[in-house]
Amino acid sequence: MAEINTGGGDHKGGKKRSKKASTRVDLTPMVDLGFLLITFFMLATTLIKPQTMEINMPSNDKVDKKDETKVKASKAITIILAKNNKVFYYFGDTDPKTKVEPTVIASDFSPKTGIRTMLLDRNKDIVAKIKALKKQKLLKRWSDEDFKKLATPIKSDKDAPVIMITATDEANYNNLVNILDEMQICNVSKYAIIDLTPHHKDLIKPLDK
Amino acid sequence: MPKVKIPRKSTLVDMTAMCDVAFLLLTFFMLTSNFTAKEPVKVETPTSISEIKIPETNIELILIDKTGKVFLGIDNQTHRLNLLKAMGEAYKINFTPVELKKYSLRATTGVPISQMKAFLALKDEDIDNPLAQKGIPCDSLDNQFKQWVYYARKENPLIRIAIKGDKETPFVVIKKVMKTLQDLRENRYNLITGLEEIPKD
Repeated sequence: MAEINTGGGDHKGGKKRSKKASTRVDLTPMVDLGFLLITFFMLATTLIKPQTMEINMPSNDKVDKKDETKVKASKAITIILAKNNKVFYYFGDTDPKTKVEPTVIASDFSPKTGIRTMLLDRNKDIVAKIKALKKQKLLKRWSDEDFKKLATPIKSDKDAPVIMITATDEANYNNLVNILDEMQICNVSKYAIIDLTPHHKDLIKPLDK
Repeated sequence: MPKVKIPRKSTLVDMTAMCDVAFLLLTFFMLTSNFTAKEPVKVETPTSISEIKIPETNIELILIDKTGKVFLGIDNQTHRLNLLKAMGEAYKINFTPVELKKYSLRATTGVPISQMKAFLALKDEDIDNPLAQKGIPCDSLDNQFKQWVYYARKENPLIRIAIKGDKETPFVVIKKVMKTLQDLRENRYNLITGLEEIPKD
């Protein structure tokens, strides 16, 4: 118990003083109050600030045909998200001359064997360059902004693969976030979310039982 | 029995130090944490490696739960009040100041505009029930969601859109939401995710 000394002890000349009351204050309830308040703050607040991913979508305005950049068939990859966390992808598009459909490959999001291996492989030059850049960043202690400034032209190199992402109605939001995450992990900066066409549905029908 | 008097020591402990520790901890929590806003439904966000923090002010939160219900809220109370007023004028519903105030006290709400008056008339215990809110319709026939987002932008031009979806939200709903945002030319938005470790190659 803390000892709080009140001004007891001054004598008012001559008057008979009553017995001095104990000046000790018990602080136990004060501690209880303190812990109650801590418990309240611990339960009602959070120390974690939620994270976000930024998305830029292309605008819906009609683009002139001549302004549309033609994507080289060899660089285009189309990824289709389907139900049960399945992912289908194919390279290029239907050849207009021979009408041959591209081969669709089934995959999933597993870390070692899933779609990440394909993306890392397709993007290996850029991935290697970014890795080297990251090492330099550690050695030379660049700031995040400087690193970003140097990384952006590497990622949007004209030979980088372009990825079209689309999903069936049975996919879920987790699939979408995962694929966007893979884009970031594999250092792909050219991707777009497009609508599912009947052509896409036909392509995955034989594989999506 | 030998008469050994056990020396009695005082059993009272000095609580000053304990009190100091308690208040130090309390001060730490008060200064470093932020109050979480109460959300009408529990949403478990997917994880991603992105480490960009959510902005603190001027956020418009679009909450989508796993059944596909859409909720919307903006972070400033006065803006919320004006938003409901603007929606009322657009749909020719007159909201009383009491109803407007009650609406502005809740951070995120998702009710079709036709049921809004009935919803705001609910008692406090019922209003917090997650089943009481049916979600904002965003179908192409009745895209009330589009109006909400449009008026929210008009109310606060600096607002930034953040979408908080559940892991199991069906892609159909997300597609509708993203299409509506695209129609409104809102092409930059954030997706709220949890933190995931960057995989080691």
